[in-house]
Amino acid sequence: MIALRVTKRDVMPRKKEYAVRVLAVVLSIVFAGVIMLFFGLDPFEIFKSLVVGSVGTQMRIKQTLIKAIPLCIASLGISVAFRMKFWNIGAEGQITLGAAAATFVALNLGQTTPKPVMLLVMAMAAIVAGGLWAFIPAIFKAKLGTNETIFTLMLNYIAIKFVMYLQYGPWIDPAAQGFPKIAMFSENAILPNVFGLHIGWIIALVLVIVVHVFISKTKKGYEISVVGQSVETARYAGMNISNIIITAMLLSGGMCGLVGMIQASAIEKSLVYSIANNYGFTAIITAWLARLNSAAILLVCIVFAMLIQGGAYIQIAMNVPSSVSSIVQGTILFFVLGSEFFLQYKIGRVPQLQKEVA
Amino acid sequence: MQSFLATCIVAGTPLLFAIIGEIITERSGSLNLGVEGMMLLGAIAGFATAMSTQNPYAALLGAGLAGAGGALIYAILTVTLRANQTVTGLTLTIFGTGVASFVGQPMLGSTVPAEVSAFFAKRAAGVLADIPYVGPILFRQDLFVYFGYIICIFSAVYLYRTRLGLNLVAVGENTAAADASGINVNLYKYTHILIGGALCGLGGAYLSIVRIPIWQVDVVAGRGWIAVALVIFASWNPLKAFFAAMLFGGLSILGLRLQAMGFSFSQYLVDMIPYLATILIVILSTRKSGKGNLGPANMSRPYFREDR
Repeated sequence: MIALRVTKRDVMPRKKEYAVRVLAVVLSIVFAGVIMLFFGLDPFEIFKSLVVGSVGTQMRIKQTLIKAIPLCIASLGISVAFRMKFWNIGAEGQITLGAAAATFVALNLGQTTPKPVMLLVMAMAAIVAGGLWAFIPAIFKAKLGTNETIFTLMLNYIAIKFVMYLQYGPWIDPAAQGFPKIAMFSENAILPNVFGLHIGWIIALVLVIVVHVFISKTKKGYEISVVGQSVETARYAGMNISNIIITAMLLSGGMCGLVGMIQASAIEKSLVYSIANNYGFTAIITAWLARLNSAAILLVCIVFAMLIQGGAYIQIAMNVPSSVSSIVQGTILFFVLGSEFFLQYKIGRVPQLQKEVA
Repeated sequence: MQSFLATCIVAGTPLLFAIIGEIITERSGSLNLGVEGMMLLGAIAGFATAMSTQNPYAALLGAGLAGAGGALIYAILTVTLRANQTVTGLTLTIFGTGVASFVGQPMLGSTVPAEVSAFFAKRAAGVLADIPYVGPILFRQDLFVYFGYIICIFSAVYLYRTRLGLNLVAVGENTAAADASGINVNLYKYTHILIGGALCGLGGAYLSIVRIPIWQVDVVAGRGWIAVALVIFASWNPLKAFFAAMLFGGLSILGLRLQAMGFSFSQYLVDMIPYLATILIVILSTRKSGKGNLGPANMSRPYFREDR
């Protein structure tokens, strides 16, 4: 251990704060490059391909945005819970169940239902299902103080197993000749395109604003932040903490559920058990990197969508596993997490920089 | 029934390593949610080392080092840099998943070399195997399982009967007091987070080398998270961890067992049982915690001497 003189620092100038963050991201990219070198890959080639693969052509830009939409909405949902320090890592399951509920509506409401009605009912069902899936751990947290981290995580597995059960069992498409897939949606259950991109992008932008206003301008939003900072303060101020936890989680899960509907309707045009596609987990990283700030979430999600799309591209173009991009994602977050320290504390003597070992 | 219980032990062993690893970590005051990631790092490192060296000892060493490596990232971030433990642990899981799937890509579907498999074949543990009833369940297992027993007993003795172990408990319970009494708090934290990580890595390696000796991406399948929950169930006690691990090992194979007995139901619904049971345990343990069963008192609190 290196002996350091560490003291808490006063508020850091904004400029310096951004400099530290940018430096952290740059260092993380350098470090990710070193990992790639270690595995015999050319980091320059990979980073170049990540960019080319994500924004190189109009088609790829569209693919990137399509991936940014679910990520952004899920991150917004997660940010509401995280602001309260309620560790909702159940987004994956909330997305999955939201998709299942939307699918149930799509397959049962009938092909003659007018499209707007169909889509609205699907969205509502998805929001309710996602919200309900988040409500279960919320009520236990609120009433008994049950640990939500493990609870929400276990619900992910249960939701995915449940959709597997549906896909291989009761919802199997008889027309698929024994192939375990659920029937495709009819035309009236598919989200329309606006300017060549499915309407989810508008939903995402609207939600960025709504969540921002909700958190910073409404009483409920303020209460959520207070509970996150100090439950004691909130209790002292006479806030109904159970009520706040439950409301926040309903919103959080509801938004994640809506992601499920969007993915089922616009992307898969059906339901598969892997519909959440890790967005629920990646959204945890993006929400945290954006410091739970709505506008920043939008930006971070676009960058991460580039990483995901670029990762898919390098798998095909360079035969490099797409998991490279999740290593890069993890590394970025590690460095940003570490950099927080330098924002909060002053170090008397220049420390030897410690490198993480992968 | 005997053969079922013997299989429970096999299914429970990866959990046993991970639970004890996390108990040791949490005793130092750190809640490391990266167990799943460290198990995956251990699983792939153990598997890859087994493939390239055909040496079981090297495979174990590789798995332990990989788990400890993941834990080192966690320790640097949370102990030295005081980062948020929850988010750091989650990131470690995401990172470990990425590394395991990346490194494992060329090995997808490969099988563990015969030399290593033979080393971990079941063998009777001398006279112990002849103990009526218990012998065939506990002592006709592979060496890795026996290693688990040793770790379990050793860590219980360490925690409750040695000065080092008691110091560790003190660090987790009251970091400031431990610091004041001259214990090198950060050294204790680092060491035990690393040991905990190494044990999680070994748990992962048991899965990839012995339990499912063919490399597949989702080899750990949430067991790391179940282990985090079972630490509470075991009330931070390595001996209770043994029973928790075996119980959950049993739950995870119950479905297959019942199907083999002629019951017919969806495999996917049965697969939910361990996850549902984990939730149940998390709920029950919160009720218990009202009576003063909360684990190390200073857990999840970054320690900063000048904050006292």
